[in-house]
Formats: sequence, structure tokens, C-alpha cells
Amino acid sequence: MEYVKGVPLLRPYIDYDNQEFWLAHREEKLVFQKCTYCGKIIHRPKPMCPACLSTDMEWIESTGLGTIYSWTTFVYDRAAYPGIRVPYIVVLVEMSEGVRLVSNIEDVTSEEMYIGMPVEVFFDKVSDDLTLPKFRKRKVKK
Amino acid sequence: MFDQYLSRRYQKFGRPDPSAYLIKDKTAIAGIGATEFSKNSGRSELQMACEAIIDAVEDAGLKMEQIDGLVKFAMDYTDEMHLVSALGIKDLAFFAECGWGGGACCSTISHAAAAVATGMAKYVVCYRAMNERSGRRYGRVPGVETVMAAPNDHYGYIMPYGLAVPPSWVALFGTRYMHDYNVTAEQLGWVSVVLREHACMNPEAMFYGVPATLEDYMASKMIVEPLRLYDCCVDSDGACAIIVTTTERAKDLKQTPAVIMGAVQGIAEQGEMMTSLYRPKISLLPEVWYAGQELWRVSGVTPKDVDVAQFYDAFSPLIPMQMEEYGFVEEGEGALFCEGGERIRIGGELPCNTSGGHLSEAYIHGMNLINEAVRQVRGTSTGQVDDVEISLVTGGLGVPTSAILLRR
Ligand SMILES: [Zn+2]
Repeated sequence: MEYVKGVPLLRPYIDYDNQEFWLAHREEKLVFQKCTYCGKIIHRPKPMCPACLSTDMEWIESTGLGTIYSWTTFVYDRAAYPGIRVPYIVVLVEMSEGVRLVSNIEDVTSEEMYIGMPVEVFFDKVSDDLTLPKFRKRKVKK
Repeated sequence: MFDQYLSRRYQKFGRPDPSAYLIKDKTAIAGIGATEFSKNSGRSELQMACEAIIDAVEDAGLKMEQIDGLVKFAMDYTDEMHLVSALGIKDLAFFAECGWGGGACCSTISHAAAAVATGMAKYVVCYRAMNERSGRRYGRVPGVETVMAAPNDHYGYIMPYGLAVPPSWVALFGTRYMHDYNVTAEQLGWVSVVLREHACMNPEAMFYGVPATLEDYMASKMIVEPLRLYDCCVDSDGACAIIVTTTERAKDLKQTPAVIMGAVQGIAEQGEMMTSLYRPKISLLPEVWYAGQELWRVSGVTPKDVDVAQFYDAFSPLIPMQMEEYGFVEEGEGALFCEGGERIRIGGELPCNTSGGHLSEAYIHGMNLINEAVRQVRGTSTGQVDDVEISLVTGGLGVPTSAILLRR
């Protein structure tokens, strides 16, 4: 992905409920919330487990492995974020933990994209204060 | 893995008995008004709101001093305080505002209907005024401060990746919807083409006199895959206003009342504002399904009784998706239903968006769809369907949603 100098990326909104998720990226870790009572793994972070209403939650590190659940390619610059040059691809990844997250995929063209594509996480330090988990195509052993 | 989240079980037994629903048959839309729709109104949203309200008051045969209630969109930049002041309204007994973008359109009617049915007010105005074309366009990226100041965090999970405009949000759903049900671009194209046909019958439509073919659709510019330019609504300046009162009072006014059979709202599990991406299946729209169940429950009618529908169509895939969730067709069959255009044209099985809809008439956040549904009941639409008894409008989706059912 090619960023436009001088146009900052929009920042996540960090609060009490989600700070562990965002701050873990600085240590190049992708973490998800897990309910210690019923075992449910949750994303986006919440103050309590929606399955059992327990507030007893822990953070687990993701395997970083997932598959493409959906995606879209930005091709028209006026309907794209001005800080990123088109074309760029936004993906919705289904992680092996069973949760989904929005991210970007790199080193893949729109033509090569398909639902079910195996991907793995990597971390991109896009600026001093922002490291984002992004994805690459993953080779799967036959 | 998500099974406990997937609750397609409508909790019918927990819902009130339909006999307790005071809105049905006892409330009605008595007046509609609008400004022209344009790319540049050249005046303030407050002025347009006033013009649309005056138009609706005259349409109903009321006087401004009879207006005692006002319902606004939370997103509207105008408000009841400025309107009371500008319109010289002396007393306002009831006012409310409805959230979630275009999801608010039919919500305004349910609030107004509840107010008149319970005796809080007599004549309630619902309105929306927006310079969405010449002012801040939703199709363009908002400033950094908008996100930084967001009241909750859900946009924070998408914005840093450049997923920053409504068409791209819908594109993620669209890609998966097309994959899950083998939907083709041509099938979506028919939605766009038929709505354009309807706009070409409507002199008020922004695309009046600008016909488009399926070839034009396929050749239109890709915006965010899989959405082309012709899949997207037309950004517009304009205002609409609607007057709700009791059916009893409406009968003594100027117009044929559009009687309200149901006015409902819906939020479903894990529903978010355009980012409900974490659900078991994103090609389904649980809040739409839920609003539909509520609508059929309170009105006592079924989808096959509906003569004409105005589906919220910010983007063309949303029409077939809603047809499925409101129960007009089976899951996954909406796009097939639209193919060829015959079934959704005026004269077809389910004529849709008969003024051109958001894709081709104007995008006034669903309120122009309500006006058209009322004209269909009155028999005064430029795309009039024969013998309309029951007329449906749906609110914005992919957000907390709403719907109304009107009858003659
Ligand atoms: Zn739990």
C-alpha cells in the first residue's frame, strides 16, 4: 500500500473497553478477548461477554491465521481515503479463533482475491504512534 | 462457532398482543411536502426544511398554528428550536429525534404516530432537510476530527484501513452477498435500470430525462468493487416533510388519508452503524428481518398483500437483500427476482421504488420514499400502480432500521 505523505490515517478510538486490543499492536501482537467463564472469544472488545454476561474477561494472543471472508477494492480515488493511493484492498478476515476483523491485504491484486483465501497477519508501523495488523496471502502445505 | 449469536428465532411470545398496538388504522399521513431536488439548492437547510413543511401543511389543508409536534432526524443540522422560531409556531407539545442516518426515516413516522395515538399531539410534522450534495457529501471521506470525536469506537476498527465511505461499507456486504448466492453484476444492474425507468416518468427526479440501459450500467465507472457508479444513490440537496395525525382527523382534511397499518423499528444482535461485520452471516440483515416480523405482526398482513414497495436503496444490492429479509422471496433469491426487471417494474409482481428511488429520484434519507408511498395510496404518482391498497416503505439498513405499511 502506498500512503500519501502529509495526510494522516484516521486513528482508532481507544477507550477503556478496547485499549488492550490496540496497545498490543505496538508489541506486534494481535489479541482477542476471551470470556473466562464460558470460553467465548470476542471481537470487537466489549465490557462483558454477550453470551453469558460475565465481566470476567482475559486477552489471548491470536494465531494470526485466518481466511478472507469478504473484501473490497478501492479503485476510484474520490471515493477512497485521500491518505492512501488507489487501488487498495480492504479485507474482512475470519480468524482461526472464529472472530472477524477488518484490515488491509498487501502484495495481492484485486484479480487474485477470492473468498476463502488463507492469510496471515503481519504488523505495519505506519507512523510513530500507530502500528496496524495487516494481512498477506499464506501458503498452505498440501 | 457463532451459533449462539445466530438468533433467527423471532420471539413472538414475548411481544405485546397486536390488539394493544394503538397505531394501526387509527393514525394516518395527512400531508406531504417537498422542495425541488438538486445538486445545489443555493439556500440553507433551515430554509428548505421550512419550505417543505409549509408545502406539507398546505397539502393537508391545515394552518401552521395547528402543528403541535415535530420529529427530526438526529443527523439533521436543523432542529425544532430554529423551526419553531422561523415558522412562527407558538406551541409545540411534542418533539423527538430519531437516530441512525436513513434508518430514521420510518422511525419518525412511528414516533409521530405514537404521539397522535396517545393524545400527546394532534398534527405532527416529520421532516428531513439536507444539502448533501453541495454541502458535506456522504460519499466523500469525513475529516480526522469526525472519527476522533466519535461517540463510540466502532468506526475506529475500519477507518485506519481506509474503509471510510458508505459505498465501501456496503461493498464488503455486497461481495459476500454475491458470493453466497451467486449473484451477478447484471442482476444488480436490472435494479438500477428499472429505477431509472421510473425516474424518467417523474419530472421531479434528478435523472428525469436521462435514461440508462443495462449496457450503460455495466460500462459505468467502478467505485469500490463490486459497486459501480450506477449502484450508488444520487447525492442530493432537498427537503421533505410529512404530517401525521389520527385517521379520524385526517378524514376531514384535504387529501385521501394514507392510513398507517404499522410503523416499526428494529435493532438486532450485534447490529452496528454500517459495520455489522462480525455476525455469523453478513449476507443476512437481522434487523431488517426483525423489523419485517414486527411489521407483519402488528399489521396482520403478509408480504403477498403488498401492492407497491419503496425499499431503501442507498445502493442497489440493498433492494434484493431486503426482499429476502421482508419475506417477499426466499433467502438468496432476491437478485434472481430482479433479473430482467419485469417483476419490479410498474405493472410487475412487486413494483419497486416507483418515483426512481434514491438511485434515480433523489437521496433525502428515505423521506422522499415515504412521500412516494403516500402518492401511491392517493393514486397520484407519476408511476402509479393500479388499484393500490397496501404500500410499503423501508428505512435505511446496515444500520438500526425502520419500516411503515400504509393503506388506502
Ligand atoms: Zn461468556
